[in-house]
Amino acid sequence: MWQDAPLFPESASTISDSVDQLYAFLVVVSLFFAFGIATVVVFFAVRYRRRQGVIPARIHGSVQLEVVWSLIPLGLSLVMFFWGAKLYFATLDPPPGAMDVYVTGKQWMWKVQHPTGQREINSLHVPVNRPVRLTMTSEDVIHDFYVPAFRTKRDVVPGRYTIAWFEATKVGEYHLFCAEYCGTKHSEMIGSITVMEQHDYERWLTGVAAGETPQEAGARLFESMRCNTCHSGQDGARGPTLTGAFGKPVQLRDGRVVPFDEDYTRESILNPGAAVVAGFDSIMPTYEGQLSEDQLMQLLAYVKSLGAEGGDQ
Amino acid sequence: MSDPGGAVLHQFDDLDQQVEAGRLGMWAFLIQEVLFFGGMFAVYAVYRHRFPESFAEGSHHLDVLLGGVNTVILIGSSLTAALAVHAAERGHARGIVTWLVGTIVLGGAFLGVKAVEYSHKFHDGLIPGSGFVSAQFETENVEVFYSLYFVLTGMHALHMVIGVGIMIWLIALTLRGYITKERQQYIEFFGLYWHFVDIVWIFLFPLLYLLGRHG
Amino acid sequence: MSAQATSAAEPQRNYLNADYGIKSWLLTTDHKRIGLMYLLTMTLFFFLGGAFAVAIRLELATPHGDLVESETYNKLFTMHGVIMIFFFLIPSIPAVLGNFLLPLMLGARDLAFPRLNLLTWYLFTIGGVFTLYAVVSGGVDTGWTFYTPYSSTYANTHVIATALGVFITGFSSILTGLNFIVTTHKMRAPGLTWFRLPLFVWAHYATSLIQILGTPVLATAILLVGIERLFGVGIFDPKLGGDPVLFQHLFWFYSHPAVYIMILPSMGVISELISTFARKRVFGYSFIAMSSLAIAILGFFVWGHHMFVSGQSVYAGVVFSLLSMLVAVPSAVKVFNWTATLYKGSIQFSTPMIYALGFLGLFTIGGLTGLFLATLAVDVHVHDTYFVVAHFHYIMVGGALMAYLGGLHFWWPKITGRMYPEFLGKISAVIIFLGFNLTFFPQFLLGYLGMPRRYHVYPDEFQVLNVLSSAGASILGLGYLIPMAYLVWSLKYGKRAPSNPWRASGLEWTTPSPPATFNFDRTPVVTTEAYHYSEELGAPRTGTDVREVEIV
Repeated sequence: MWQDAPLFPESASTISDSVDQLYAFLVVVSLFFAFGIATVVVFFAVRYRRRQGVIPARIHGSVQLEVVWSLIPLGLSLVMFFWGAKLYFATLDPPPGAMDVYVTGKQWMWKVQHPTGQREINSLHVPVNRPVRLTMTSEDVIHDFYVPAFRTKRDVVPGRYTIAWFEATKVGEYHLFCAEYCGTKHSEMIGSITVMEQHDYERWLTGVAAGETPQEAGARLFESMRCNTCHSGQDGARGPTLTGAFGKPVQLRDGRVVPFDEDYTRESILNPGAAVVAGFDSIMPTYEGQLSEDQLMQLLAYVKSLGAEGGDQ
Repeated sequence: MSDPGGAVLHQFDDLDQQVEAGRLGMWAFLIQEVLFFGGMFAVYAVYRHRFPESFAEGSHHLDVLLGGVNTVILIGSSLTAALAVHAAERGHARGIVTWLVGTIVLGGAFLGVKAVEYSHKFHDGLIPGSGFVSAQFETENVEVFYSLYFVLTGMHALHMVIGVGIMIWLIALTLRGYITKERQQYIEFFGLYWHFVDIVWIFLFPLLYLLGRHG
Repeated sequence: MSAQATSAAEPQRNYLNADYGIKSWLLTTDHKRIGLMYLLTMTLFFFLGGAFAVAIRLELATPHGDLVESETYNKLFTMHGVIMIFFFLIPSIPAVLGNFLLPLMLGARDLAFPRLNLLTWYLFTIGGVFTLYAVVSGGVDTGWTFYTPYSSTYANTHVIATALGVFITGFSSILTGLNFIVTTHKMRAPGLTWFRLPLFVWAHYATSLIQILGTPVLATAILLVGIERLFGVGIFDPKLGGDPVLFQHLFWFYSHPAVYIMILPSMGVISELISTFARKRVFGYSFIAMSSLAIAILGFFVWGHHMFVSGQSVYAGVVFSLLSMLVAVPSAVKVFNWTATLYKGSIQFSTPMIYALGFLGLFTIGGLTGLFLATLAVDVHVHDTYFVVAHFHYIMVGGALMAYLGGLHFWWPKITGRMYPEFLGKISAVIIFLGFNLTFFPQFLLGYLGMPRRYHVYPDEFQVLNVLSSAGASILGLGYLIPMAYLVWSLKYGKRAPSNPWRASGLEWTTPSPPATFNFDRTPVVTTEAYHYSEELGAPRTGTDVREVEIV
């Protein structure tokens, strides 16, 4: 609805119009108060300018007025809060069936891998009208994945995974910015998001060398690193089974219950002693320093696919 | 304006105002100290929550005996500092000097023991950074525990060194006859500082040395 | 005019002519002289930070980064931020005007701890020297926020020297706050009860609380970054098990309240200015006083709104969003009360009043746009864009700096014993107001359009708004040079100031201009509320009179 207004950036995702509406509400409230106060100040300043023989009134305050002008901003700011929080929650989790894209930030480029295995640098091709879920991490400092046209922004933090998602609604090419200062070429850590019709996207996919999918690469790593000797999925195995595990709560040895999510997967590979599953000993060695961020992402993709397998059974 | 001992500074009306201002200032200073150490304790709490087993394992490599001895020494120094304050209240210059020297001796003993502990850590490859030997531990991230161990005890030791410096200055003032009954709050305020430094240690000792030993 | 000034008799003995020579300044414990030393040092930092800003705006006039390399650009905005925040805005009003005025307003001979006060100036200067060393030896490029792990591991510029400078200056701030708190509690003149205090004092009291409670945590954060960088230990580095986001929590625990360190004292100044030039007691005195405390306290619980997109828990985000919204209430209460103070006043448009009215408008815009950033879904979009840059410049430059300049003009006669040229004062106040808006208003639009901050090169479509902003900056820069020139000129050629040129009501105006070294010959006794204009004018004091005769 705001596409033609020069004060708004292009609106090209399922959430961008809702964000714009909230923003417009905030602008209207702000204009009302800014102009209101300015008008009153100017009026008073002119009307009550110093004149010979005119004496100021002795007015010291009014509790009723204080209450009124405390409650009005309170009410308005609460409206803003609830609206903002509601929209934030509504857009927090990606819809089911989103396409999984893996993003790694490093000084100063974006590395992207499609679920079908294609890799891109500083660009991302996605189909229109399909939710895209980004699993992101950084190889060095904090970056931030920002697409103004989608009103999407999320920090990309080393040592953990952050999740962002969007669903583009308009075919076109949009800016991808790094929005967290990351060093010398921060302003050149930019790229483009190309939104295509589904069939164009498929044609594009076939034109790019695919290689292994992240899931396949992860499965191969799972064997070559001998993860499967303990996480064999059989009864009495030395490690817990991973089939059907991802996405569900895990009971730990020390009594805590944590969700089996991206960060838990990562921690269990790099720091296995920190959160051991109940019923198992802390015998797994660490893989810290032996796996690149890309390989970790591939293992994660594989572990996730195992989780989905279990869900189907 | 009453000024019995010539001790009232120009900005104050009388001794009461001066003493009260000093006392409030000292407490405000200690509050900012609490926040300073509080920031570090917050970091400690976050990482201990995240790596409970690493913290327990790191803690087992600390010398509880030396830490315990130091705790006793420091409590003793709080007593001598309190006695110095008591002597100041009664205007006993000799008492002030005696008990401050005693406090210095105990504080020095604490720092000496601390230095021995640090050198042990150095030999055992427990200094965080490039020399840290993490292979000796079963769990990862013990280095984080040791980083915080050195930051926390290092900042505490720095406060003790500063305290010893202040005591030497106070002893010099006392010997010159400057610390009269009217200026006893010099000793009182130092006592507050010293007790605060002790209390920090009372928190540090269990948080660093006694982790996971209850089981 | 100059002939008139020089022919006037040398004024009586005061704090300026009590002693000459460099030692009488460097070893002084007189709060007024220390305030002046701060003024001098900080003005240098202001123009240095301003020079960096000029270079930044010049660079951004074109989108392709033609003027400087990206390394240089990153150093420019970092040093602009570090110097303006830690060496100008945070100390500005408290260390110059607060130092000079607090004892005068309280009817005291000095602050409670004069030697400590001098120490704060040395700490400030030493911290400044370390930072200047970092500047001249090649600069630092972490951004003023020092985010880890960039600052602790990856940056190869002078992070340690800068961090040390900020660390040391932090203690100057803590000790100034301590001194103000003790002085306000223990040194008030007889009869000067808490609710008779000028609002300037209330604002500084609230500020001092933040300085004591917040600054030590910044010290911790910076200390840990320095240790991590020096010794390669793992505290915030994820490769060693650390958490870079934890640094952000520590940093913003101080640095958000630090915003209130900058803005609260300016609110105190504005209360004094509006009341004096409307010749009315401030409307809702106790509400303004209490709202300062409310802002100081609430300010400690909103830091997480800087981290909505950092990956902190969503529930933390919601709580921080709600608490941040609440800050709007005491801020709005102040603006409404100042506006109401004008009602049926007798308003005089002197230079300080023009600054005060400008403050009202700019602070209102700055405050309202803060609501955008507290609103979760909108902040996701505008976080770390030029919207944020515009917002905090409206608060810090449009708010704090306008009030600082207004206050400096207002108390200039008291500080120096000279009047500044009124016409030039008014002209430059208007230039600054217009230049400021032209510089920073386009940045709101840029931000919503999606231009990230700290960008050396940017897409072409943002150029028009950037050119507007740079044009505004040149006007703004000129606006700052004019007062600098005529204030220095007035030191020698300005008209001699009477003790109370504005017929203001504060205790500081009962002393000669400039005041004597120990401020008051006799401890004053206060019998009236603050901003008591009617009795001063000799009007009958009965329960029924609502108007009084003004004797000009």
